[in-house]
Amino acid sequence: MNYRLGIDVGGTHTDAALLDSRLNCIATVKVATTADVTEGIHRAIAKLLEDAAVERQQIRFAMLGTTHCTNAIVERKGLQRVGLLRLARPATLALPPLSDWPQDLHDAVDPVVAVVHGGYEYDGRLLSEIDPVEISKLVSSWHGKVDTIAVCGVFANINNAQERQVEALIRSIAGPDIPITLSSEIGALGLLERENAAVLNAALGAVAVQITNGFSGALKALGMTHTVAYIGQNDGTLMSIEKARKYPVLTIGCGPTNSLRGAAFLSGYLDAIVVDVGGTTADVGVLAQGFPRQSSVAMDVGGIRTNFRMPDILSIGVGGGTVVRVVDGKISLGPDSVGYRLNEAAQVFGGDTLTLTDVSIAAGIAPRFATGEVRATKELCRMAFDKAMALVDEAVDRMKTGAQPVPVVLVGGGSVLLSETISGASVVVRPPHFDAANAIGVAIGDVSGEVDCIVDLPGNTRHEFLQRLRNDACERAVEAGADPQSTVVIQQEVTPLGYLPGQTARVFIKAAGKLAVA
Amino acid sequence: MRYLHNLAVSHIATGAALLGTGGGGDPAINLLIARKAIETYGPVKLIDVNELPLDAWVLPVGGVGAPTVGAEKLLSWTEIDESFAVSNAALPGGAYATMPIEIGGGNALLPFVLAMRHGLPVVDADTLGRAFPEMQMSSLALDKVPMRAFSLADEKGNTCLIKASNPSWMEALARPVIDAMGGAATACAYACTGEEVRTSALHGTVSLSERIGRALMDRDVNRGDPLAALIAETAAHVLLGAKVVELETKTDGGFVRGGVTLAGLGADNGRRVEVAFQNEYLLATEGTSLLATTPDLICILDRDTAMPISTENLRYGARVTLIAIACHPKWRSAAGIRATGPRYFGFGFDYVPVEKLIGSTL
Repeated sequence: MNYRLGIDVGGTHTDAALLDSRLNCIATVKVATTADVTEGIHRAIAKLLEDAAVERQQIRFAMLGTTHCTNAIVERKGLQRVGLLRLARPATLALPPLSDWPQDLHDAVDPVVAVVHGGYEYDGRLLSEIDPVEISKLVSSWHGKVDTIAVCGVFANINNAQERQVEALIRSIAGPDIPITLSSEIGALGLLERENAAVLNAALGAVAVQITNGFSGALKALGMTHTVAYIGQNDGTLMSIEKARKYPVLTIGCGPTNSLRGAAFLSGYLDAIVVDVGGTTADVGVLAQGFPRQSSVAMDVGGIRTNFRMPDILSIGVGGGTVVRVVDGKISLGPDSVGYRLNEAAQVFGGDTLTLTDVSIAAGIAPRFATGEVRATKELCRMAFDKAMALVDEAVDRMKTGAQPVPVVLVGGGSVLLSETISGASVVVRPPHFDAANAIGVAIGDVSGEVDCIVDLPGNTRHEFLQRLRNDACERAVEAGADPQSTVVIQQEVTPLGYLPGQTARVFIKAAGKLAVA
Repeated sequence: MRYLHNLAVSHIATGAALLGTGGGGDPAINLLIARKAIETYGPVKLIDVNELPLDAWVLPVGGVGAPTVGAEKLLSWTEIDESFAVSNAALPGGAYATMPIEIGGGNALLPFVLAMRHGLPVVDADTLGRAFPEMQMSSLALDKVPMRAFSLADEKGNTCLIKASNPSWMEALARPVIDAMGGAATACAYACTGEEVRTSALHGTVSLSERIGRALMDRDVNRGDPLAALIAETAAHVLLGAKVVELETKTDGGFVRGGVTLAGLGADNGRRVEVAFQNEYLLATEGTSLLATTPDLICILDRDTAMPISTENLRYGARVTLIAIACHPKWRSAAGIRATGPRYFGFGFDYVPVEKLIGSTL
């Protein structure tokens, strides 16, 4: 028998789940996340192996899901200082870089931006030549002001030559070690969105190093050198440690993806609403045919536009640590939370703060897992609890697509605080291992293969030609470890390149399938 | 007369995206620019058609070219200022107001930027009531309003004042210029008098796009069912609930051409519909039968939020709703169909109003 590990490093807890080769969940553990990520991961894995009495040599795969990058952006913490070169002058001047950024994110990244000459026209002609002197002067003047540089050129998605030239130029000035993000490597058409994604990716450099080192460090310390390590991405597929270090922005949004996929896996429901209750918020998402419903609008990440596709999530201020107040006889909930201090601040744990955990226990909903006295009347607790449930009901209703009742799946440690009566639900289930849905979600992540090439599309046999490329992508996924039966194309972009003769196009196809375990 | 602030402009942007029928450029970019302009210059003045003096000049403005270009090569001020300067100088006494050439897509907001920058009001009207890919497709051209003061400008400071003998020549002469300018340019076109606006423009379309935007975005208005609110506002017909299974696009001559194949979901399981586009969605067919055609408005919406999806934002696997909305009666005249009907775009179908096509399939 061989096994796989799913690990979810959250801001407060590190969860881990052990699955056997038939994907039965054997054991789960929860430990506190440590400032040094390695230690928390190490402890979680060690405890899990001990609990399940499984040898470390039997662990074939280890998958890490982390919200560190998302949190770093949302909380504006640990971000590096970014210098951005937009290759576009004289175009784009009415909308300077980062125009849509909230002030606090701007302050955290402390960006230095410049719109310099460069860029292409749609047909590959030069918009303007890059000016090495202009760029050299700027980059030299940034010395000591930036940790990393992002480069984004107009139409770099169809021709990345200028971005590559500028990368070499920067290295010749700022040294070979400065991290550089090229927009052409992470984003598609849409200058503003691609530019935002490139700057975020650059800003996340240090966080990416911390988390990937933490993961590989823990595996190494445990002697699990034969275990294949993966990091979860926002589309539910897995990437290597090396790729995650270079493109940390691709992990943004993987938290909800993992929790939704874990909920589908654990409950067996492929079409359902999932309510994931944590310490601070309840995140409500939708499963459609087993996959997270994607948001179709250009997605806000920390308040800015990017062109990543993310699960459509509605977050409400209902979590275990949500603070309950009585002001002028009226009950108010949150939106603040005691967060990771729940075990000391909540009244059931002997603290002074009345939280949702306290009122749920006092109202007789959650099991009495702590003995402290709740200093509020049962009636008041019941009213506060009803208020929280009304918020959940409303959120579920908002995420529904029709009037008919749908199954609701409750996951996350905080979900024990909610009652199993939700209006608009056909059935409410809290599946086994509900509190490790994230860890299980990343453990069952798909393996992907990609084809990204510039090809001459033959006019009359275009369909057959694209089908061959789709097959190639599927084959690569299988080579990477995917089970051929379950491998399907999940993304396909055909970008015609007018500047080259014939029907030349950049074709990007991504296929993914379940990890083969035979 | 009223003043439009940030929220109203956001609603207009969303309504304009819907009326853009997949094209016209993403209003989000011009919305950001318009908001920056509101920050600098204050709210923008919107006037009713009836408030226009009969002899006042109105100088409409819009972006022309491929929407994909606009999403990459964002606006500089140069092209707006230069196009306005050149066209304004050609009007005796100068412009009294500006107006959208087309309410569909990003072009709905360009007049607001021009208005704020040059201190003019915006007229609550446009000349298309939607978006169309070619410049002679305007209600003013349909009514044979003379071509005056037509200019194109790019971000490099190139300008071109074109005196065309008729609207088709305007398109023919402008297209290579736009392509030379990089596939997109700013145009001041169809300068007209207050009287001509009254007889030949499509009235109240700025307010209409604001109402559509509110129906889609404001939960107090749509009560959680944006599609129903949209239908109530526009009498839209729902054609299909589907998933995108194939997508083909090509940019040339300043156009994005292609087609998308939709496979029916749920109640529509087993149906397969093709939608052809040239910047805008133009024709929806199922096998050999016609579901809807230009000049009626064909829109692809997100299945859950009913927010419009443009041709450049279509993605493999997206869950969508296909709808059609009757166009302005001016486009249903013989001349209107000749100028913008399916035969004009090379499709082998005659124009049939969407409500008749719906009736025939039920």
